[in-house]
Amino acid sequence: MSGYTFVEKALARAAHVESARAGDVLDVQPDLIFSHDNSAAIRRIFMQTGAQRIARPDRVAFTLDHAAPAPTTQHAQNHAEIREWVQEQGVANFFEVGRGICHQVISEEALILPGEVILGADSHSTHYGWLGAFGMGVGRTEMAALWATGELWLQVPEAMRITLTGQLRPGVTSKDLALYILGQWGADGGQYRSVEFAGDGISSLTLDQRAVLPNMMAEFGAMNAYLPPDQAIFDYLERNRQRDYTPLYPDDDAIYAADYTIDLSTLEPQVAIPHSPDNVHNLSDVIGRPIQQAFIGTCTNGRYEDLAAAAQVLSGQRVAVRTIVIPASSEVLLRATRTGVLQTLIEAGATINTPGCGPCMGNHMGIPAPDEATISTGNRNFRGRMGTAQADIYLASPAVVAASAIAGAIADPNSILIQHAINAPGAIL
Amino acid sequence: MSSHRVWVYGDHVNTDVIFPGKYTYTLKDPDKMSSVALQDLDDNFASQVQPGDVIVAGRNWGCGSSREQAVTALKYAGVRTIIAVSFSGLYFRNCINQGVHPIVCPELADRLQTGDHIEIDLDEHVIVANGQAYPIPTLSPTVRAILDADGLVNMLQQRDWSITEQV
Repeated sequence: MSGYTFVEKALARAAHVESARAGDVLDVQPDLIFSHDNSAAIRRIFMQTGAQRIARPDRVAFTLDHAAPAPTTQHAQNHAEIREWVQEQGVANFFEVGRGICHQVISEEALILPGEVILGADSHSTHYGWLGAFGMGVGRTEMAALWATGELWLQVPEAMRITLTGQLRPGVTSKDLALYILGQWGADGGQYRSVEFAGDGISSLTLDQRAVLPNMMAEFGAMNAYLPPDQAIFDYLERNRQRDYTPLYPDDDAIYAADYTIDLSTLEPQVAIPHSPDNVHNLSDVIGRPIQQAFIGTCTNGRYEDLAAAAQVLSGQRVAVRTIVIPASSEVLLRATRTGVLQTLIEAGATINTPGCGPCMGNHMGIPAPDEATISTGNRNFRGRMGTAQADIYLASPAVVAASAIAGAIADPNSILIQHAINAPGAIL
Repeated sequence: MSSHRVWVYGDHVNTDVIFPGKYTYTLKDPDKMSSVALQDLDDNFASQVQPGDVIVAGRNWGCGSSREQAVTALKYAGVRTIIAVSFSGLYFRNCINQGVHPIVCPELADRLQTGDHIEIDLDEHVIVANGQAYPIPTLSPTVRAILDADGLVNMLQQRDWSITEQV
């Protein structure tokens, strides 16, 4: 008999069954469930079920991040309702306005650990694969059912494997890798699958780089994604973790529905052009397209290294278009403050907003006008995503977004970085 | 056997065009929600959709955000069945949990136009279009039970919470 994939092992564990295979329908008890500004709407559904109490409030987390600080009275009322619910139900993990984006905060707080199962009322819940956990997005009704019962039906997905070999060249990031995957196999290339990464290439990626991959696999249609956790992940979690855990790894003879290999050293910077994240081109093919706004942030690319990569490009330069920087969390903001990254960004003309999701899904803090183009480090460029259907959105890495902010058009950061190196040899942020 | 008018759409229709993100924290009223459904894709849909109409889509219908309003806005407009070449996983789950029947049917989208009519026979697991029959995939008992209850909330309402909470 063949071995098991990661997802078969992780869901069998969470369903308290000996083993499971792709196609099995299980009642899964997740280790953590979470929601964000949508928690008030979920509460209204929960009230309809007849249940009175959240079954396991110690394993529930809420963040306020999607429209935080509240841009309107209506949003503020929504937040107030959530705070009241936290008190009433004794929700153990509540993160106020400014703490940051759910996926970043829950990772930093080590609320989910390798081998565990986390379900979130957010489509980018695939994110937690970077820690070796099973993370999946659910709808509001499903979250209400999870509050009520602590469990949810799941069909074990088939798995596909993407083996990474070699190392990324300088100036190429895991964002480019994620976009490359989307461009190669399309927005449904991982549909209803567990996308399980493998190979030596993973260990060459820094932690901030790794988190991008499972996050962006939401755009690939994946139910979840997975990177095998190593010592670097265990060390990262050690500071805050409150439980023991057992990391899970797929068996060598597990069966995959598809099996791809990517040599990281062959990749170039990538850009997704309107209006789909899988409409991906080499950066060199789209240079010069005008933009009116640059946005560096989101759960995909709002971490410290992303801000630092932007600062490296922007150091001593001046942005030509409005440039909005939103750290993914208060921890990221603090670190960028301490190291001077923030000062570099502000001196270059960028502006800094409260940690959270910002304009990514069109709520506030950087909505484009019709006929304006934004280049963003985010994850989705669907028509209308940032508020108006008449605006274009380009997706790229932080360095490419920063270079484009200087040029007022899509630009290659390498020429700027080479100039920096000539001016100040050895100076690296 | 029931007869349904169809609205035919292409591949990769995402939840931002089915129900724009800017409305997710502001529109809660069912009539208002249905009035913006698909507004960035098809101007005619919201004003002309009738209860019982069916959407017939291409690949990856409902990709993108997990927002449930992309299902409920259509449900409030009277759509109770969505047929697609394939669905995004989250959208497929959201359909079931809202009591909207998602049917995977790879052949149908290319053979129909908006305004055509199809017959759906749930007892025989078959769709009939232009005289030709297409099978409806069977669902697991868990999923069937949720659909039969008209969604997950209704199914939970049938539980006796006074007993379960003492356990």
